[in-house]
Amino acid sequence: MTLIEPILEPLADIGGPAQPLLDVKNLTKHFPVGGGFLAEKKTVRAVDDVSFSIAKGETVGIVGESGCGKSTTARLLMHLMPRNAGEILFDGETVGGTLTMRDFRRGMQMVFQDSYASLNPRLTIEDSIAFGPKVHGIADKEARVLARDLMGKVGLRPEVFANRYPHEVSGGQRQRVNIARALALKPRLVILDEAVSALDKSVEAQVLNLLTDLKREFGLTYLFISHDLNVVRYISDRVLVMYLGQVVELGPVDEVWDGPAHPYTRALLAAMPALDPDQRTQEPPITGDPPNPIDPPPGCRFHTRCAFFEPVCAEACPALAPVAGGAHFAACHMVIPGSGHSRAPKAGGNP
Amino acid sequence: MSATDAALQAAPVQKARGYWATVGRRFSRDKVSMVCAAVLLAIVLAAIFAPWLGLADPYQGSMIRRLRHIGTPGYLLGTDELGRDMLSRLIYGGRLSLLIGILPVVLAFGIGTSLGLLAGYLGGAVNTIIMRTIDVFYAFPSVLLAIAISGVLGAGIVNSIVSLTVVFVPQITRVAESVTTSVRNLDFVDAARASGAGAITIMRVHMLGNVLGPIFVYATGLISVSMILASGLSFLGLGTKPPEPEWGLMLNTLRTAIYVNPGVAALPGVMIFAVSICFNMLSDGLRSAMDIRN
Amino acid sequence: MTAPLVDIRDLTIRFTGERTVYAVNGVSLSLGEGEVLGLLGESGSGKSVTMRALMRLLPKKRTVISGSVAVAGQDVLAMDDATLSAFRGRTVSMIFQEPALALDPVYTIGQQIAESVKRHEGASHATAMARALEMLELVRIPSARRRLDAYPHEMSGGMRQRAMIALALACKPKILLADEPTTALDATVQIQILLLLRELQREMGMSVIFVTHDIGVAIEICDKVAVMYAGQIVETGTLGEIVRTPRHPYPQGLLASTVHGARRGARLQTIPGTPPSLDLAPAACSFAPRCAHAQQRCTERLPPDVVLAPGRTVRCVLAEHPVPVS
Repeated sequence: MTLIEPILEPLADIGGPAQPLLDVKNLTKHFPVGGGFLAEKKTVRAVDDVSFSIAKGETVGIVGESGCGKSTTARLLMHLMPRNAGEILFDGETVGGTLTMRDFRRGMQMVFQDSYASLNPRLTIEDSIAFGPKVHGIADKEARVLARDLMGKVGLRPEVFANRYPHEVSGGQRQRVNIARALALKPRLVILDEAVSALDKSVEAQVLNLLTDLKREFGLTYLFISHDLNVVRYISDRVLVMYLGQVVELGPVDEVWDGPAHPYTRALLAAMPALDPDQRTQEPPITGDPPNPIDPPPGCRFHTRCAFFEPVCAEACPALAPVAGGAHFAACHMVIPGSGHSRAPKAGGNP
Repeated sequence: MSATDAALQAAPVQKARGYWATVGRRFSRDKVSMVCAAVLLAIVLAAIFAPWLGLADPYQGSMIRRLRHIGTPGYLLGTDELGRDMLSRLIYGGRLSLLIGILPVVLAFGIGTSLGLLAGYLGGAVNTIIMRTIDVFYAFPSVLLAIAISGVLGAGIVNSIVSLTVVFVPQITRVAESVTTSVRNLDFVDAARASGAGAITIMRVHMLGNVLGPIFVYATGLISVSMILASGLSFLGLGTKPPEPEWGLMLNTLRTAIYVNPGVAALPGVMIFAVSICFNMLSDGLRSAMDIRN
Repeated sequence: MTAPLVDIRDLTIRFTGERTVYAVNGVSLSLGEGEVLGLLGESGSGKSVTMRALMRLLPKKRTVISGSVAVAGQDVLAMDDATLSAFRGRTVSMIFQEPALALDPVYTIGQQIAESVKRHEGASHATAMARALEMLELVRIPSARRRLDAYPHEMSGGMRQRAMIALALACKPKILLADEPTTALDATVQIQILLLLRELQREMGMSVIFVTHDIGVAIEICDKVAVMYAGQIVETGTLGEIVRTPRHPYPQGLLASTVHGARRGARLQTIPGTPPSLDLAPAACSFAPRCAHAQQRCTERLPPDVVLAPGRTVRCVLAEHPVPVS
């Protein structure tokens, strides 16, 4: 199987290890909704001024509830939908600048949540995996060799699965196929959008182990999107917490878990069911549902559900500010010195 | 990787069967569909091989044996108002009737599927232009539209086929567009886009196979409509011209004899009815055969 | 000792049709007054089918049911349509994973609850509407009076789930069947609904069967747990027994493979393989192909249903002997 290696080389590293593999600046996506005859036009602020970066070889997790914009972020990064504003730098380059869309597509791939909808029901598993390489000019025969090789890598015996159709295999096996399909172009960054969420728990563990193995073997970088905090903590180095289209907290996963600075992060962590019958949750950490991302509340978007609400929260939108120095940031008036919140550290003083 | 190894051991090695093979197997198990298919096959074969069946000349009339009843010795299905053998004329008539029943649908299937696929996949302005143009045609009842176009183009078989094709293109386009739009929104199309494939490749590899089925089912159902409209055109004198045997035209000319010999007068209608019903049943059978769930 | 409220004996459910599915294979289950039983299992384990059989919600034409289902002394499988419709809603009520599908989109929440009260209790319209308001307040829907006139699509997911609970509890049923009611909800909403259900159960003293695939959710709400695998109950016990000292290798594996608390980068324990297809009636232990402790007899005949204590059973040959030193 060594003959395939030179056929589809991974994209070359450009900026060296110090340059982030992905640098996202002020990413914004607004969807217009309504606005029919006589109806008032409204805007869904799905992703609003999101900035972050992913270092080479790192796994960054994005957590948040439905409507927080995590899946829209994934599709924007993949250039599957146009953005309203913002810059996406892949190893220092932008698509349309020095990087062609074709090369970008090879560098970044995605695994979707719905393992069934993300496979063409009329194609065999082998055909699905071989499709991408063929698009990039690999001959049919070589692409099939590559597909079978990758099936082996994701734990599917090619002689059993190559000619099967998606509906003939289980959910966990389908998600393995999707992972193989994403790896077929030798990407450097793989976005996993709720990739294990629909799987049964015992299968989820198998796929997480597989992702860990593949990351090591192919030197991958992951962006792991999930609503499951346990999974994100297990797999990520750094984590982004999103709420209604904005990043509310960002930092190394252990620092965020051990000392969450944003009240929303605290609520999310407290809402996880305890795995101990003697330590059941007694009080809901926050009440109410996440508000509709259509015309979200002004100021801090979390102020409608926050226990520490003060007038300043409804007036100004807090920017990400460092928490106790280092790489941990939170967008809350309580961590911004001199913000006007009674719990904020004094301006100029040491926190 | 002991976990996956065990998973592989547990997985039975089975021969995969393609989607269409499965559909074919399910379809062939449907008794109603098979009976209809057999009837249609018999009619089509008879029409094709009519000259070799030893039938009476369908054009040769005789004033002395007009409107014989069904079952008359020598004239199994009687004779028409000009004394021509009905059995022979019905079988020969199948050639034209089936042609102008099926061909417009086949043409419209090709044109409508392409238009609908383009409109559904590309969306935006392309969709608006194609679909709003289609809406204009939709504004007319199909019978009127067919008559109007045939009237403008003049009577004749080719013109009937053209006018019927124009009638069916909007209907098939609309179905193709809606099916395409729903498939377009599935994740595997995004996955294909993410792998860098262009619009044409995606339409060919990923869209076509998933949209053809439902459109095909719909088109099969249109064949009966086409046959009835074609018969209608001939009946109005806009389609086939006498003395060509064609079921719609025969129905028209025999209508004067409906009180004299109602059995014979009804025969062309029976043929149209039987063929239409068979195509509709086949369409239904195909629809349920294609409805494969896990 | 009085007869249990729910008594399922040797329930077997087979779906016929294009292919036969042995969905439930000899399930026996009992539920006492005021108990919360968790039915834990992965997709396809038969937990939802068992629930539906309890309410006779399975399509008659394609289902073959054997065994017995008794609820409050009544034989559910023998009920005629009239008895059945009185039984549903008054004795047993059910809430589902997708309230958006279970609620009628063309009626307001108030109308739907009032309709149920009128049908089951013959109450007047005014009484029924008053009960509807009372129910919405009970499930803590804010500004309940205004919400009476809201249609399901005007509510958020969490509110809809509360409304469905209000509807299910409107006629004070003895038993509530909850089929993954929090699975489709966000984490911060899920915990609110779980706590609400726990509180309502305590206040109203009803019995609950809570179907879930999530051990964490089961731990928050259940007193007893029955673990299902491939259409069979493989282990039953109190919540503490199942979570702390599971005896069957399947729940042992499930608990070991949980990501919760696993060290980053450390390998997760997994249960190898995938659940069996249910095309054939089980003739041996269904878990044996994935089991690290499988012996020859596991693949030869059905495992014994070992009763360790009242309410504590394990369907495994390993349980026949005292706890091994491990």
